[in-house]
Amino acid sequence: MTQPSHNEVNRQQDLISYFVRLGDDAIVLGHRMSEWVSNGPFLEEDIALGNVALDYIGRARMFYGHAATLSGDGKTEDDFAFLRDEREFQNYLINELPRGDFAYTIVRQLMVDLYNKHFLQALKSSADETLVAIAEKASKETSYHCRRSKSWTLRLGDGTAESHRRMQLAIDEIWGYSHELFETDDLEKRLINTGIAVNCEQLKALWLADIEAVFNEAGLTIPELTWTVRGGRSGYHTEHLGHLLTQMQFVYRSFPGATW
Amino acid sequence: MTSLASNREMQLISTKSSLQYEREQFRIESNVPHLWALLDEVTDPEIPVLSLWDIGILKDIKQQDHLVTVVITPTYSGCPAMDVIREDITAALTQHGIAQVTVELELTPAWTTDWMTNKGRNQLRGYGIAPPVDTVDRELTHDSQVQCPHCDSHATRMISEFSSTACKALFQCNDCREPFDLFKHI
Repeated sequence: MTQPSHNEVNRQQDLISYFVRLGDDAIVLGHRMSEWVSNGPFLEEDIALGNVALDYIGRARMFYGHAATLSGDGKTEDDFAFLRDEREFQNYLINELPRGDFAYTIVRQLMVDLYNKHFLQALKSSADETLVAIAEKASKETSYHCRRSKSWTLRLGDGTAESHRRMQLAIDEIWGYSHELFETDDLEKRLINTGIAVNCEQLKALWLADIEAVFNEAGLTIPELTWTVRGGRSGYHTEHLGHLLTQMQFVYRSFPGATW
Repeated sequence: MTSLASNREMQLISTKSSLQYEREQFRIESNVPHLWALLDEVTDPEIPVLSLWDIGILKDIKQQDHLVTVVITPTYSGCPAMDVIREDITAALTQHGIAQVTVELELTPAWTTDWMTNKGRNQLRGYGIAPPVDTVDRELTHDSQVQCPHCDSHATRMISEFSSTACKALFQCNDCREPFDLFKHI
């Protein structure tokens, strides 16, 4: 029996890491959105937020679940979600920002949903068949998410003076976190070369055109860029992720193996 | 002259699509018809009038010696009913003396409401939920017209694109004033 070569081991490890970071993006945002449950502005919206949160958490399960299968060392999706610390999470920072007010949540959601629209479309052409399957599934849901985020952005941006003020404020606060979405690190570069990962750098123009169209219609403006924050893909996070993880992981860590 | 209204009526007639036909043929050709019949008793936990077959998430049943493998596909990624559905399938088969059951989740091809059977659509309507084929709008708007499952009026408005579960949208009928869910096309 031949041992897998060093390169093969590394390739497998890269693939696992890619699945895990995509799972990280999904679970962190899904958890953030779930914080709205019972805090939504009205009942129907409360339910809508919960539904979208579930779609994201469902994605995380698909990504983590496959990472666990690839690991082949008895790990499960729960190990990835609940037993890793802050520095091991590689989600984009935009996903971990606190939920803020409703305008803040909608602006973040619009940015991420539109990003996912292009990301998942590109992921459908991946050389990895599981990534393709997840992308096919998730992109159907994302079209619903995008419509909802867009219609709220129009309604609030073009609504009252107060709703407009809050939306613009949220955009100004979040915009600096959007650039990281379109950068690739060494891991992704290696996986782009083998046709597995999406080259996010190529998505920026498409995303920007979509965002501009919605903002123009809503009477909102893209701020002049003065600052950029990055670090999520390297495990450097804002102070908010640690707080999120303590809440999300507490039960699992306190009662290992608990089920209901 | 064909009016817009009668155009809608015509498009709402449920005919069997090629996707439905393919599914039915697949089931007919199976060598374990009794197992398919057994699982007809297992329903969606959120919509108990719909069997797993009728909603379209039951894809395959295979038997090898004592092991039965059931292949299902999730509706939405985050559908919390999937875990219950797995348990229900295992319980139903175990109850009928099958000791070894595996339930596999298959993501591709992604589930579509086009797989729902005509029987399922009718049952859904009878249950007070408009099936996906009761609107011609694929992209829902607040003015989307859906045939009201209570009074058949098409004068409706969408209240929320997300309802009690991710797969449904909340509507209200402007004629009978009743709220109802639409099972969204996906």
